[in-house]
Amino acid sequence: MTDPASAPTKRTPLYDLHVALGARIVPFAGYDMPVQYPTGILTEHQWTRTEAGLFDVSHMGQCFLIGADHETTARALETLIPADIVNLKPGQQRYSQFLTEDGGILDDIMVTRSALPEEDGTLMVVVNAGCKDQDFAHLAKHLPKTIKLILAPHRALLALQGPKAASVLARFAPDVATMPFMSALSTKIDGVPVHISRSGYSGEDGYEISIHEDKVRALAEKLLKESEVKPIGLGARDSLRLEAGLCLYGHELDLTTSPVEANIQWSIQKRRREDGGFPGYERIKRELTEGPKRKRVGIKPEGRAPAREGTEIHDDAGDKIGVVTSGGFGPTLNGPCAMGYVDTAHAALGTRVSLIVRGTPMPAEITAMPFVPNRFYRG
Amino acid sequence: MGNTHYTKDHEYVRVEGDVATFGITDYAQSQLGDVVFVEVPKVGAHLKQGAEAAVVESVKAASEVYAPVSGEVIESNAALEGTPATVNEDPEGKGWFGKIKLANKSELDALMSEADYKTYLSTL
Repeated sequence: MTDPASAPTKRTPLYDLHVALGARIVPFAGYDMPVQYPTGILTEHQWTRTEAGLFDVSHMGQCFLIGADHETTARALETLIPADIVNLKPGQQRYSQFLTEDGGILDDIMVTRSALPEEDGTLMVVVNAGCKDQDFAHLAKHLPKTIKLILAPHRALLALQGPKAASVLARFAPDVATMPFMSALSTKIDGVPVHISRSGYSGEDGYEISIHEDKVRALAEKLLKESEVKPIGLGARDSLRLEAGLCLYGHELDLTTSPVEANIQWSIQKRRREDGGFPGYERIKRELTEGPKRKRVGIKPEGRAPAREGTEIHDDAGDKIGVVTSGGFGPTLNGPCAMGYVDTAHAALGTRVSLIVRGTPMPAEITAMPFVPNRFYRG
Repeated sequence: MGNTHYTKDHEYVRVEGDVATFGITDYAQSQLGDVVFVEVPKVGAHLKQGAEAAVVESVKAASEVYAPVSGEVIESNAALEGTPATVNEDPEGKGWFGKIKLANKSELDALMSEADYKTYLSTL
């Protein structure tokens, strides 16, 4: 992760719009970002769950890998990540992770195969803001010379999330209405080329829209004019993803956690589990067979007090069995919820645990995630 | 001198006789954002000026609330546990945290008057 104190903070192309909209700006991953707008996090969260929220995620890293054909590019990327990319169809998107040699996670990423036949051999990769410099260096170091790495620092990224996202965006780009979850297409909005994927980080249906930085403000303002759309800050982005049970790099995922421990082994397809050929395969194969020592779980405190990141998790006997990695208040759940790692022996659903909040053990239970049902569009 | 006093940490204390009602200021609630949980002081607890007295949590973070004065807690606003948003809506009214029986009235001298607190806010 980039140390935010080590460099001057950067701004996304929408910074002036955030300020004009009355956002409270905070430093995040080296950027000055809106944490909330005047209505506040609870309202923004609920709005995204019932209408459509517009998020500026332009701080995230975007790049393209370009090779002779799809298989060449896919095989090259597969040496660094455990997802099956070779079998991605045109316009299909997958979630994956850059792994260390011992199976830890350098970053979690989205990989999309271009839908355009003339772009056969092109993969688009979106990475976390705080990791992007390291990720791009990692790609540059490990990709063979036959694969071109094109960074896209001039592309902005918007997310439009919520049950009304599809009807709103279809007013400007009719093709998006029926595209499946985790697919992507290239189209134009008012003549401006955009790359749209049906994905996001809220647990709701929605899209991410990649567009040139010079054009993003006009598109953001156009979307905000729609009555269903309000701007949403990082605060609600975090509470939405927590309720949706989604990992945040630097919290649930880091250099020590494996995808199996993180309970995201669904992102390692069968062919890769069997054949390997990615960093950390030994550990991941062993953990898939024997089970990991610890596991990411959902935790529901019984009372009203949130348990924050770093809170110790104890068993009945008072022994430490794990730690909370993200925790707070779930506005839709209308109560506290958390994620954390516990020893696998204590990871079964329904296990009673204690959270040590300000020195006092608070009763809680290991629960299924998501805390609020995901509502992705499955067609 | 008015009967409401303020700390640099944005607690207020309103004194009536030897009883001090305290909570967080409107500025504090606006900085915290939506309050989702409050742990009010326990009745009977002996608080020391400047020591932790209560906890207020927004969606994003937990913040400690410090006792503006020393003394025994004689009443706490348990209603906040069910309706924490009262702290946002009426921080210096219905959103009070606790009532303290003043142990040492001279501690109030260290606090700011309303006018001084307004001046202090203008420097932040």
